[in-house]
Amino acid sequence: MSLKLTDIVKRFKTETVLDGVSLSVGRGETLVLFGPSGAGKTVLLRLIAGVVDPDGGTIEIEGRDMDGVEPEDRGIGMAFQNFALFPHMDAMANIASPLTARRTGREAIAETVGKVARMLKIDHVLHHKPKELSNGQKQRTALARALAGAPQILLLDDPLRNVDAKLRFEMRLELPRLLRSQDATVIYVTQDYKEAMALGDRIAVMNGHGIQQIGTPEDIYLRPANIEIARLFGDPVINLLDVVPEAADGSGGVQVRLSDQPVALVGGYAGTVGTDCVLGLRPEAMRFVDPGTPGAIPVEVEAETPLNEKTVTLTLTQRGREIMVSRPSGMPGPDQGTAYVAVDAKDALLFDRATGQRIAPGAHSPALQEDVA
Amino acid sequence: MDTVSPLERVLRGLAITVVILFFMFPIVWIFLMSFQTNETILRVPPSVVFEPTLTNYTALITGKLETAAGTLEIAFMRNLWNSLFLSTASVAVGLLLGVPAAYAFGRLKFRGSEDIAFTLLSFRFAPPLLVLLPLTIYFQKIGLADTYVGLIWVYQLIVLPLILWIVRGYFEDIPADIEYAYRIAGHSWFSTFRKIALPLAGPGIAAAGLLAFIFAWNNFIFALVLASADKQPVTVGALAFVTASGIQYGQVAAGIVLSIAPTFALALYAQRYLVEGLSLGAVKG
Repeated sequence: MSLKLTDIVKRFKTETVLDGVSLSVGRGETLVLFGPSGAGKTVLLRLIAGVVDPDGGTIEIEGRDMDGVEPEDRGIGMAFQNFALFPHMDAMANIASPLTARRTGREAIAETVGKVARMLKIDHVLHHKPKELSNGQKQRTALARALAGAPQILLLDDPLRNVDAKLRFEMRLELPRLLRSQDATVIYVTQDYKEAMALGDRIAVMNGHGIQQIGTPEDIYLRPANIEIARLFGDPVINLLDVVPEAADGSGGVQVRLSDQPVALVGGYAGTVGTDCVLGLRPEAMRFVDPGTPGAIPVEVEAETPLNEKTVTLTLTQRGREIMVSRPSGMPGPDQGTAYVAVDAKDALLFDRATGQRIAPGAHSPALQEDVA
Repeated sequence: MDTVSPLERVLRGLAITVVILFFMFPIVWIFLMSFQTNETILRVPPSVVFEPTLTNYTALITGKLETAAGTLEIAFMRNLWNSLFLSTASVAVGLLLGVPAAYAFGRLKFRGSEDIAFTLLSFRFAPPLLVLLPLTIYFQKIGLADTYVGLIWVYQLIVLPLILWIVRGYFEDIPADIEYAYRIAGHSWFSTFRKIALPLAGPGIAAAGLLAFIFAWNNFIFALVLASADKQPVTVGALAFVTASGIQYGQVAAGIVLSIAPTFALALYAQRYLVEGLSLGAVKG
């Protein structure tokens, strides 16, 4: 493992920010730390960088314990959310700073800086001071500075937070290629779930003093550990409906009722019958169907929001619960008034209402699974 | 904002004139006095019309004071030089000690740092005479009385807290991330201090140094008690103008003009830094 954190604890005065965080990242892997602000993502990065000391636990880089190792000796590159460029040095000197520290020769520095700057398309502003750079150029300069030293570990603290939407979109496309070319272990902090899904080989979801789930983007999206994580990923947010699963007639499966229409749950949810649960339905797991389709749920159409690639419809069930349904743009939508939606039951998630934890379907009812598929 | 009525403009101009007159009058009056003899200064009623004379300045520069009772030796130029030397050396020592200390207080929150910083500031609260009497005795015992070294040391009481507190605010205003970024890039803390913290706090250090210089220059009591004639600065040296045959107002005025000239020029030159230096830290940008 290139980077290994074990039981990291960090307190600020009496407030515990990180409580027993463990994490390991392999060489060349990009791990995204995702979570709402205040979840301790930045603190974790600072601990790895060595500018803040942990109150407990160990940090190992390439198998070496980092306790007492100064930031300058850790072989790390870091891009800060606020860029943290040196205001009295031009972009060139900023980017060169990891190289001057190693007493690299003038020509070698010029060459490396030139290469990184060309890659990030800032080679024409190398002689500008930070205050003469646009936000996008500042962000690229900060990134270039982090990359210039070819560090083993690259820490990127929400580098796209303070740049405009267009550049963010471009960089979201560019960054994966860039990061792969570095052959570095990357820890990427973000609050944007799309960025997390686009960049991460794995995502660590942080919330409330620690890591709640680590997994591939697909894992996190399809099998979130709890309601909170399900809500954090996805736009529009997942529909959450209080349900009490019941035994389905005949088939031996489990179903829930939405507006009195039974919806069969796929998988082994037998243990949940009669307990208070929350059903999680992603907006794209539902579609409008013609009236009279078996199992269709009647809803009232409230409002429609056309986004670029999809259209989101806000509907009300007969019990007045809000449900959002999305469909790819171009597909015909429902008229005003009553419409009918069908649920793709295999994409439904079930959570324990008391604990918020997801109830993983047992693997012991394959028959039903095939049935619906 | 060009909606100011003519009346308001006139009133505003009037108000500014009054304020300027109030503050500048003594300086202008002293400036005029320095070109007059004692007789013209003391005539009743006073008048701004007079025959200008340079005798006051020549007396100061040649060191020969002509009074009704005869010629008096004064060491004004020597005093001026002492002022310059004492202030410059004190500020230099103060910067050398104060800037690293300010950095430590600003950045490294060690146990008791606030208390120590406050103690250093509290030197400014105590009446100087309270410190001076025991200090004089000590200095006489260890041979520091009436030496430049001793004076510069005591001047640190004025200079050091000032530098420490102004510069500390500047260091605290530098975002810590900028320094972290330099360390993570692979530079030692000392190199970070030299290449990042010092240049970025530069204006603050300049302002603090300037202000400390002015405070040291204007000091009177320390040098009065601890120095004899040949080491006294102008502030103390001006006492020589109180002679047996009366106060030499003309020379006093000329002495004042000469002695405020350097600080006045410095302050004018660095006005921008001074204002910035004093307001920064108070307003977080």
